[in-house]
Amino acid sequence: MSIGLVSAAYISAAILFILALGGLSGQESAKRAVWYGIAGMAMAVFATVFGPGIANWFLILICVAVGSVAGYYIANKVQMTEMPQLVAALHSFVGLAAVFIGFNAEIEMNTIANLQAAGETQVLAAMDGFAGTIAYKTPIEISILMVEVFLGVFIGAITFTGSVVAFAKLAGKVKTTAEKLPGGHMLNAGAAALSFILLLIYVNTGGGWALVLMSLLAFFIGYHLIMGIGGADMPVVVSMLNSYSGWAAAAIGFSLGNDLLIVVGALVGSSGAILSYIMCKAMNRSFISVILGGFGGPSGPAAEIDGEQIAIDADGVATALNEADSVIIIPGYGMAVAQAQQSVSELTRKLRAAGKTVRFAIHPVAGRLPGHMNVLLAEARVPYDIVMEMDEINEDFAKTDVAIVIGSNDIVNPAAQDDPNSPIAGMPVLECWKAKQVFVSKRGQGTGYSGIENPLFYKENTRMFYGDAKASLDMLLPKID
Amino acid sequence: MFVLPLSPPCGLGNGIMKGRSGPGTISGGIAVKIGAPKEIEAGEARVAMTPDSALQLMKLGYDCVIETGAGAAAGFSDAAYKAAGVQVVKTGAALWKAADIVAKVRPPTTPETKKLREGQLLISFFYPAQNDKLMEAARKQGANVIAMDMVPRISRAQKMDALSSMANIAGYRAVIEAGNNFGRFFTGQITAAGKVPPAKVLVVGAGVAGLAAIGTSTSLGAITYAFDVRPEVAEQVESMGAEFVFLDFEEEQQDGAASGGYASVSSPEFAAAQLAKFRELAPEIDIVITTALIPGRDAPELWTEDMVAAMKPGSVIVDLAAERGGNCKLTVKDEKIVTDNGVTIIGYTDFPSRMAAQSSTLYSTNIRHMMTDLTPEKDGQVVHNMEDDVIRGATAVYGGDITFPPPPPKIAAIAAKPKAPAARELTVQEKRANEVAAFQTQTRNQVGLLAVGTLFILLLGTVAPASFMSHFIVFALACFVGFQVIWGVSHSLHTPLMAITNAISGIVILGALLQIGSNSSILVVLLAAISVLIATINIVGGFLVTRRMLAMFQKS
Repeated sequence: MSIGLVSAAYISAAILFILALGGLSGQESAKRAVWYGIAGMAMAVFATVFGPGIANWFLILICVAVGSVAGYYIANKVQMTEMPQLVAALHSFVGLAAVFIGFNAEIEMNTIANLQAAGETQVLAAMDGFAGTIAYKTPIEISILMVEVFLGVFIGAITFTGSVVAFAKLAGKVKTTAEKLPGGHMLNAGAAALSFILLLIYVNTGGGWALVLMSLLAFFIGYHLIMGIGGADMPVVVSMLNSYSGWAAAAIGFSLGNDLLIVVGALVGSSGAILSYIMCKAMNRSFISVILGGFGGPSGPAAEIDGEQIAIDADGVATALNEADSVIIIPGYGMAVAQAQQSVSELTRKLRAAGKTVRFAIHPVAGRLPGHMNVLLAEARVPYDIVMEMDEINEDFAKTDVAIVIGSNDIVNPAAQDDPNSPIAGMPVLECWKAKQVFVSKRGQGTGYSGIENPLFYKENTRMFYGDAKASLDMLLPKID
Repeated sequence: MFVLPLSPPCGLGNGIMKGRSGPGTISGGIAVKIGAPKEIEAGEARVAMTPDSALQLMKLGYDCVIETGAGAAAGFSDAAYKAAGVQVVKTGAALWKAADIVAKVRPPTTPETKKLREGQLLISFFYPAQNDKLMEAARKQGANVIAMDMVPRISRAQKMDALSSMANIAGYRAVIEAGNNFGRFFTGQITAAGKVPPAKVLVVGAGVAGLAAIGTSTSLGAITYAFDVRPEVAEQVESMGAEFVFLDFEEEQQDGAASGGYASVSSPEFAAAQLAKFRELAPEIDIVITTALIPGRDAPELWTEDMVAAMKPGSVIVDLAAERGGNCKLTVKDEKIVTDNGVTIIGYTDFPSRMAAQSSTLYSTNIRHMMTDLTPEKDGQVVHNMEDDVIRGATAVYGGDITFPPPPPKIAAIAAKPKAPAARELTVQEKRANEVAAFQTQTRNQVGLLAVGTLFILLLGTVAPASFMSHFIVFALACFVGFQVIWGVSHSLHTPLMAITNAISGIVILGALLQIGSNSSILVVLLAAISVLIATINIVGGFLVTRRMLAMFQKS
């Protein structure tokens, strides 16, 4: 396959990728969009493999085969509730690949430089593929290439360890609270500054050790950065890492002079950046404060909460639901943890069969991943046209008979509006307390993931339906008629 | 407080006005007397003062006086009054003379009006809107008049709302009267002698009388339907155990709050829909009780002749609006008639009087409450405070002036339905101005960003070689496309978006593929091979998961 054909394939692939992302604007077009993405990827890989300067076909075949089987296995095995972990884990792969490719570029550069120094022009001329392109670079181009490689490795390394930590936190293998080493952000800043110095050393001396040392520093930054971010900020973290993995790919594209890599990297990078922005906006927090980790300490004493949490049993909830005309369900991470989405779906089906209006209110940061709840509800066959965004449904709570909060906490916390000292003050929340009655399905009296006290639980029209969300709902289901 | 001139304008004042107290009060050396004459109107059995209310009035510091036999028709003997400490006088004339305040039920007759005197206070039903002459006569006599039918409908005044008290009795009595003329049980029964179907009662107009009728009818066991032009009373109707008859009619619904809780005139289309509904109901209804009145107008015709004709023989219609022409055209005021098809139509207007003991008790209590409000110090001195919404509203004649109609009360009778604050329609110019302003800021931001971006790229261009710049253009354009495309992604698809971007970021596989053929170092090949492997996992896993997720989204 000639260079021209490869370029043509790359252009088609780039357009297909853009269509794939653009197609996600609607549920129906999204089903087509994913095929565009697959086609684009197949075209890109095919053109590259059969393009000029590729060798070791057998090895490629083995690696692709093994990778495909592993990917297929993972994709089919994963539970929808484990989606956040999976996404984080996959990000780490992109990061690691970027690091390796960067190292390779460095090794190749050294080889070429050595050959050039030895004056072995025939060998150089025989070089093809990536090494061949390097061989014809001018010194200034080599310098730029070194910066690109350095950046690619830096971002890739942060993405790798960051994603691994995010995976561990989401999978519950590491405590989800924000933890920092002594020194906090100064450590990160110091490591970043040191990396910059290493960049200068690397570009000026070409010392490979600087690249390796920087990688270690970047690994540390990635680890420490994400360790310092609390569990409630995970949606931002995951989309941020998504963005990083894109930028890493773009940087690699620059080093290799591959436009398709640049295009795709930029697409993914901007996509992740926008998602992070949307998530931050949904929590009314600046991106910087999320990156810098955890919720800022409260600026004053949180407002005292009067009253007590009043518990209710399944019979009480069932009676209220049987009498209600309109119901809004607010799912949160607790629903995902308890795997209660099927029961929620069944409840919805029963209530709708009884002629009641049932809708879902989804906060943008509900769950641990942007859009997490939508996916879980879709898995449980809840029709997507009754699943509403916060802005669509917030005004309707006042007209609603019953609001059911299943495993969410901060996103229904009235303190965000009432208490200027609350750590989440100003965050847009679902105003479920305006409904005539609110039931909160919750495991116990604790303050939950973010550790912020929730005055909703103490309101007069709130009843606490304690217990595992799935068990509670299964107890409730037979009582609904 | 309204200030009266110290000496009456015509100089005819008697001792009462020259007492020790200040303007606007009735007082004298001796205690102020409240008197209730015997009602002259034929058939009126009620009395404005009962022994019980007299006791309460005396606690306010008043002396009470009553005409002999005034309470007899209501079951209150002179002896009972005397026992309560009420002075009994022999004639009406004597009472009018003795009393400084006269409490009556019916509006005064012409001879009675003649007996009014300067500074005397008359409290009774007065209907000032329809009784101009009477009002003028009272003014000429120099008396003050409080019309019990004019007490404003606000919460504070409910205890003296005599209209409601009387309407309550009328509603109850209407059902009793209907039952008296209805040949069957109200309640359904299954007896050894056969099955009796329950009576079906339709109450038209769910005001106080209507609600009382509904309550009585349901407690007797009848199946009760109720209708009102004000849909907000449906809840009250249902709370009383009746079924509200809804019309299939789309219209701006009447908000009773705007008219002080009373019904107002409905549109011709609405009236037509209403009649059609009644026509449909008529054949199965056994008892109809109509209570529909619109303040200050003749009663609307709601139960037409053809509906009466459609009713079963033995059915009963009680028309509580008979006084104002009746909701049914066949109604004869103050009479009970039977139509050709055997439907009884009752047009009595004296239902409260037919339960004189009960209505006198309630009415005298209303009067007593009015006196309590007029006697803030409980010292037997009337303070006619014209600043008070209730007193002002009920006063028809005061200080030689006709004070009817009163200004609207300061407090709305019923909280108006909270209408959503209509977003102020922006004028075309304002809209245009807003658009222009938004456009300008947007332009400023965009131009600013473009300028900074261009500057940056120019700076870069001065140092970077051409090969870099060509890639950089691609990069910048791709970022731009990315930003444009991603904003359009629907919120609910954010997780699939992450999964698919994750899959396509596996494009780094290209880099590894380009390096895997390296012949410079085995390490390069190894690292590249690992990269190909994990990038493939990423690609395959990412796309499959995305597909799995998207396949789950379904419409209901």
